[in-house]
Amino acid sequence: MTETAVDAEEVRHVADLARVDLDDDEVAEFAGQFADILSYFDELDEVPEVDADPDLVNVMRADEVREGLSQEEALRNAAETEDGYFKGPRVS
Amino acid sequence: MSADLNAFVTEEEIAGAEEGPLAGRTVAVKDNISTADVRTTCGSEMLADYVPPYDATVVERLKSAGATIVGKTNMDEFGMGTTTETSAFGPTRNPVDTDRVPGGSSGGSAAAVAAGEADLALGTDTGGSIRCPAAFCGVVGIKPTYGLVSRYGLVAYANSLEQIGPIAPTVREAAELLEAIAGPDEHDATTHDRGADANYADAADGDVDGLSVGVPTQLLDGADEAVVDAFWDAMADLEAGGASYHEVSLPSLEKAVAAYYVIAMGEASSNLARFDGVRYGVSGGHEGNWNESFAAAREEGFGAEVKRRVLLGTYALSAGYHDEYYAKAQDARAWVKQDFDEALAEADVLASPTMPVLPFELGESLDDPLQMYLADANTTPVNLANLPAISVPAGEAEGLPVGLQLIGPKFGERDIIRAASALE
Repeated sequence: MTETAVDAEEVRHVADLARVDLDDDEVAEFAGQFADILSYFDELDEVPEVDADPDLVNVMRADEVREGLSQEEALRNAAETEDGYFKGPRVS
Repeated sequence: MSADLNAFVTEEEIAGAEEGPLAGRTVAVKDNISTADVRTTCGSEMLADYVPPYDATVVERLKSAGATIVGKTNMDEFGMGTTTETSAFGPTRNPVDTDRVPGGSSGGSAAAVAAGEADLALGTDTGGSIRCPAAFCGVVGIKPTYGLVSRYGLVAYANSLEQIGPIAPTVREAAELLEAIAGPDEHDATTHDRGADANYADAADGDVDGLSVGVPTQLLDGADEAVVDAFWDAMADLEAGGASYHEVSLPSLEKAVAAYYVIAMGEASSNLARFDGVRYGVSGGHEGNWNESFAAAREEGFGAEVKRRVLLGTYALSAGYHDEYYAKAQDARAWVKQDFDEALAEADVLASPTMPVLPFELGESLDDPLQMYLADANTTPVNLANLPAISVPAGEAEGLPVGLQLIGPKFGERDIIRAASALE
């Protein structure tokens, strides 16, 4: 594993992928902290492979129609609604 | 009193059934557990005005058991912290020493119980968030076996790790609350039939005669001397009751904190993608396209620790880094499980200090996130292995509470409850 270095550009790239705007101070602070934290994660490199069965496996069942939230309940926490729909930002 | 401690985000009474095993008891509920028509903030500006349209399964069960809910307790934002200082609603203070943190992330729940603001409380434990504040506030907390308690209605942070569990003044009371909330739920496919009709309270009989206790040396190595001294004093009490102990080396535990944070951050980055400001939460407005609007909502609604974990999780899961971090963390998780299984084949329960340190002073740990993560060394391995664990008060060091952690085999809640009750 290579020495972990995180620069401001990389923090901005990840923030863009995660859809989180950051101001310049946050970018500078996170770059320093991420370098420390990712270096610490590098110790996972020494972990051996272990044969293990998963604790949970997928179990399928047929879909069933059940009671759900009413339209009013589903919409009541939205900042903006229109004609019984969520109102979101432009798609492009 | 509660205003001084800031244990509650919202104080509101929710009445339960007239009769039931918890009739007459007051219960405080962590603010990441949904309560119908009572706001549920997760300690975040993002959800400051969010009012759930339905109850979590555990809330329904509290009400039908006759409990009276007295409010929603303060917490690290979305459960991300070890001190309850990352809350958007200000830090909670430790009732034992108000210049110190109550631990986290269920700090409001533990502080409310320790101060007598509620008889009992529910917390959630993703990497120690019930056991840490229980230890720091001098009360009892149980992290149940993964799948014992329904997570339906819990606002998800890291689904594969977290469980809802009880905080109480005594082991018996914690066990009674666990009885009320445990058991299968059709709304949570990870719940297990083994939780049905469980009896936990009658296991709190203090009988440890013949009990075999394993002590993982890795969980003592990094601990403060004063904490280790208190731990061994408590172990001597167990020995006097007829228990025996042996030390055991579990090398995988040294990798647990790193594995835990990679997995928890990865799951967080995916879970918290839902907070886009459209269906609930802080709106990002309608300037620009949807990506710009979502990014603006999340800048405004999330605090620094949440941004840090979402970004690091995104990084660890992104192309080119997945095998280096996430896949390795899953290998470490399997290794920790294997080590615990082997140790629990030779012992009834395992014991350690719950926290390697005494409660921090307020503000002490905020500047250095990695140092804060390392304080979770003794609690995170249990979540990785899906096992049950309890933190029980084990005396004091420098006038501050010390917690002793007992870890049991899967669905071995009765074993850890019985052993813990011998320390009261």
